Amino acid sequence: MNRYFWILGAFAGLVALLAVGLNLNPQDVPSPLVGKPAPAFSLNVLATPEKTLGPKDMQGKVWLLNVWASWCVSCRAEHPVLVKFSKDNQVPVIGLSYKEVRGDGEFDMSKLNAEQERKLAFQRASQWLAQHGNPYTDTLMDLDGRVGIDYGVYGVPETYVIDKAGIIRMKQTGPIDPDVLSKKILPLLAELNK
Amino acid sequence: MIARALLFALVLLCVPFAHAGEAAPLADDPVAEKRLQALSTELRCLVCQNQTIADSNAELAQDLRREIRGMIQAGQSDQQIIDFMVTRYGDFVLYRPPVKGITLLLWGGPLALLFLGIFALARYLRQRSKRIAGEQPLSAEETQRAETLLKEIEQK
Repeated sequence: MNRYFWILGAFAGLVALLAVGLNLNPQDVPSPLVGKPAPAFSLNVLATPEKTLGPKDMQGKVWLLNVWASWCVSCRAEHPVLVKFSKDNQVPVIGLSYKEVRGDGEFDMSKLNAEQERKLAFQRASQWLAQHGNPYTDTLMDLDGRVGIDYGVYGVPETYVIDKAGIIRMKQTGPIDPDVLSKKILPLLAELNK
Repeated sequence: MIARALLFALVLLCVPFAHAGEAAPLADDPVAEKRLQALSTELRCLVCQNQTIADSNAELAQDLRREIRGMIQAGQSDQQIIDFMVTRYGDFVLYRPPVKGITLLLWGGPLALLFLGIFALARYLRQRSKRIAGEQPLSAEETQRAETLLKEIEQK
């Protein structure tokens, strides 16, 4: 009797362990950047290419940094949520257009020079936003993905919540759905904006 | 006019530098190429998580190889390059994560399981030998009874 109890107990433990393991999302790697200052950068603004913008300009505000690209399928799923969010809230959402041209895979980058890539990226990003709605206070152009690397971006879309002091408070890997928005992001924003 | 000439000279000067920013293939530098190889087999590609940056053909892996090349050319040490990756992607990017609080179970788990197994085996063996030792041989009466029973079977 005692022995069966042990075997059954061990089996139940194993099942519990596997159940937890199977329900974890392996893509959801905890970011070491949470709790750290948002890496500095300065990138050209989509609407006003002669201007640049970076985290320094956002000091004193709680804001979202949303990494996206027109070739990113999940971004399309996420987009309506962001558009609605930007209408309902006063929180600035900065878009980071991540490797708009070279990330697509449709272009032979050896045939495009830097200027052509730049032009194409601006054109494609503007067109996409005109078509699907623009939730962004500003969109910044990360053509080669270097800023993305500094932020540890490995799958678009990704979203960062950054506080008034410029500290990253949360990272969402993958699309924001209404559930994540209402349960995690909105309460956090309310707390940070207190 | 002079200003323009100066500007032109400046632009000309900048061209090689602008080019150096782009990672040129290091094939002509076998030592650096070897370092790149060694480093990128230590780093996990976060897009296809069971591949190293060396094996993976994902865009991000290509970007990171380019980044490592740039850092090697800039004369950074292996440790600096590894730290660069860890500050951005966390310990998960390392195929051999460091031993610390959160990874203790990962490193110690198999060892703990092994000790648990040895302990259970030792306990079982001890109990078994005790049980065997505790068994009394048959008494004379019982032996006789067993023999008569066996005989009965033979006769049938």
